Amino acid sequence: MSNWIEIALLEDIPKLGSRVIKTDSMEVAVFRTTNDEVFAIKDECPHKKGPLSQGIVHGTSVTCPLHNWKIDLASGEALGADEGCTNTFSTKIEGGKVFLSL
Amino acid sequence: MKERLVLIGNGMAGIRTLEELLKLDTEQYDITVFGAEPHPNYNRIMLSPVLAGEKTIDDIILNERDWYSENGITLKTGDAVSDIDRVSRKLTTESGEEFVYDRLLLATGSNPFIIPVPGHDKEGVIGFRDIADVDTMLAASKQYKKAVVIGGGLLGLEAANGLMLNGMDVTVVHLMDKLMERQLDMPAANLLKASLEEKGLKFMMEASTAEITGGDRVQGVKFTDGSEIDADLVVMAVGIRPNMALAQDAGIHCERGIVVNDTMQTFDPRVYAVGECVQHRNICYGLVAPLFEQAKVAANHLANMGIARYEGSLTSTKLKVTGIDLFSAGDFDEAEGDETLVLQDPAAGVYKKLVIRDNKIKGAVMYGDTMDGTWYFQLLREGTDISAFRSTILFGQHDLGDAGHGDETRVAALSNDAEICGCNGVCKGDIVDAIVKKGLFTLDDVRAHTKASSSCGSCTGLVESILASTVGEGYDAAPSKKAICGCTEHSHDEVIGSIKEYKLKDMQSVRSFLKWKNEDGCATCRPALNYYLLARWPEEYKDDAQSRFINERAHGNIQKDGTYSVVPRMFGGLCTPSDLRAIADVCDKYEVPEMKVTGGQRIDMFGIKKEDLPPMWKDLSDAGFVSGHAYGKAMRTVKTCAGKTWCRFGTQNSTGLGVKLEDLTWGSWMPHKFKLAVSGCPRNCSEATIKDFGVVCVDSGYELHIGGNGGIKVRVTDLLCKVETEEEVLEYCGAFTQKYREEAHYLERTAPWVERMGLDYVKKAVVEDADNRKALYERFLVGQKVAQIDPWKARAEGEASHEFNKIEITAA
Repeated sequence: MSNWIEIALLEDIPKLGSRVIKTDSMEVAVFRTTNDEVFAIKDECPHKKGPLSQGIVHGTSVTCPLHNWKIDLASGEALGADEGCTNTFSTKIEGGKVFLSL
Repeated sequence: MKERLVLIGNGMAGIRTLEELLKLDTEQYDITVFGAEPHPNYNRIMLSPVLAGEKTIDDIILNERDWYSENGITLKTGDAVSDIDRVSRKLTTESGEEFVYDRLLLATGSNPFIIPVPGHDKEGVIGFRDIADVDTMLAASKQYKKAVVIGGGLLGLEAANGLMLNGMDVTVVHLMDKLMERQLDMPAANLLKASLEEKGLKFMMEASTAEITGGDRVQGVKFTDGSEIDADLVVMAVGIRPNMALAQDAGIHCERGIVVNDTMQTFDPRVYAVGECVQHRNICYGLVAPLFEQAKVAANHLANMGIARYEGSLTSTKLKVTGIDLFSAGDFDEAEGDETLVLQDPAAGVYKKLVIRDNKIKGAVMYGDTMDGTWYFQLLREGTDISAFRSTILFGQHDLGDAGHGDETRVAALSNDAEICGCNGVCKGDIVDAIVKKGLFTLDDVRAHTKASSSCGSCTGLVESILASTVGEGYDAAPSKKAICGCTEHSHDEVIGSIKEYKLKDMQSVRSFLKWKNEDGCATCRPALNYYLLARWPEEYKDDAQSRFINERAHGNIQKDGTYSVVPRMFGGLCTPSDLRAIADVCDKYEVPEMKVTGGQRIDMFGIKKEDLPPMWKDLSDAGFVSGHAYGKAMRTVKTCAGKTWCRFGTQNSTGLGVKLEDLTWGSWMPHKFKLAVSGCPRNCSEATIKDFGVVCVDSGYELHIGGNGGIKVRVTDLLCKVETEEEVLEYCGAFTQKYREEAHYLERTAPWVERMGLDYVKKAVVEDADNRKALYERFLVGQKVAQIDPWKARAEGEASHEFNKIEITAA
């Protein structure tokens, strides 16, 4: 299952920010944290499909720009009192390059 | 090895403290909880509805046994702690087990006071305190007929009501001449007594109990005047006493309760105490509301954060008897120099009294219509000067709920399917269910679980009222000092002040100086900090794009389908044929699906794909347009009318002045959106009196109006002053704007800001003090040098291109 695709240099993704990866079938949001961890989740909030890539990143979570749901980047689960989950994908960083496995 | 924290008392105060502690630190302690009752933590204030048959015990359990195990907490019920040895830090239980602690938290609550008259220890004489008492009462109601409740206070009346609903013949015996004498004045107490009598309760007032008569079991109650009544059950509800025996035996300083300081610490630094067992600043609280704040403070210190202080609570009361609406707060006994406002409508069963001192509410009593209780309580807690709306204050807060709800806003009368939050479609039943089933006590909790009042906020008052009427006195009124968010204890004012005073010039310095709990902050505090730094240090602070909400980062309004809208600036609403042609060409080129004219006299283009934004902006920029900032907490538009160039009524050149004002103010970031308008005459066609800054031209000059709002809560402006020249208009506008930019809380519009600070305060700073006005204006101009760089042009030329470009891959 580990079919790694090189998507960008780490520096192409802003700290506490994201990039959108467009595939044939969907869009994936790739986030970078303060500590240079990288997470990838489907760019769709479990609530009303808001583009999570456009949210504010803090710690290892992102706040959806449409209705402020907070989504855990590692698990894709909604945090707090909300309930829902979005798909997550594996990532790795090697030599300053970011790889994604779909 | 982890430190050992032991909690004695498995009730609401202690467990709430643990919950607050676990939010801060889950790793620091091994936690053990001792509870004398055989139940997990339950909501004690809901015992009355259980007795009344409106709820079951299961409904009022707050923490199931699973909660303890999931959080690694050892729960010991039914084996009470009998001794504390503070020297060797050791506890002994009744069964003889021993436990060592590093820190100890006492939350032993209180005991009902049993009047020590002869016969008080007979079978059938009880207090009203726990599940066992409720069980005793319910059992008695099946077997016996006559009940006597001694004590006409809150608890006594709720007990009496419950027993009556269970079919008993109930007499309430009260020592004083009015019911609930600590919460009610005479007229309200009489109204209450009359409605309870109508429901079937009997009362004996000014009756002093001398003896409980009978054999093993109670048979009657005898009074000091020699009279006697029959009783099969006697409930003593004459008050509570802090349960401090354990602490006293251990030599911890106690007076009427266990004495604690502002950090909830007892005289033994290893021992903390919270809840009803505590005496803080000479007050013992018998209500539940203060414990929420106490729990937060104790948790903060147990987690070694050491910054929170408990400074006492103001409490309010609400009687939980279905069908009776009663609210009281503060001190309503008039003293010398107090004034009283009263509204009395005996036919409708409505009574409201406010006691005023120095133009501030000191106390409130309400009966029949308690809709505005939470509002009055808020005014009381915040010490708001009410002189501006004193003449209408008794009629209530007009902005509760959406406009036009009228009597529908009486919370108690609303049906469960009545919609409360129009933004999120939340009904009253949803809110009540969530409060009861999930054990919610605060507005924030209710927002998180139901989303009610979490969008536009206009139904906040209604939601608070539902919360208050559902949980009764346990309702945790939001503290008047509100922290910016969960990352910090500090309020907006403290943060604004620190940034200025300690010259904090980047976000990391603010967060470390003020000891933020989360390294990155969160989606609530980051945009606020970014704004405060930008407003205070415009030339030094570097704007942080990742701390801006997406609209301000992408310089367009995100729509529900993830596309954006584009609104070019048209200064003063003026445009030319070539402007319109350029916009039309852009719409054709990018296949814009919909256009409309906005309320601020601009053209809005909808449905733009994010990647199309920079090229579209380039075309607009080439045609001479700059960003309209229609997406930002920023200066939005200056709306104008035709003015004297064309209009036969016009007194001044309103369009020309509008363009000058927009030239001056465009691009400036604000705490919230900020709108201006200029009307050419008092007919006010550009609606300047519902704008943040409005100019109404008159023959002799210009009236300047501030603090208007046309949104959720319509507010007409206040007149700031009148000036004679356009130059003055610009200077006053810049100065007022800067005052607002420097001092308002992030996301606070000018309307609530002016209401909060008072018009006089603004006038003093902007009108009366000419030097200060000039200084404010100068600072505004400095900020504008940085702000008036068109973000669209910059992005069309390649800035922040990562924001707009997707990375395309072909999945293998």
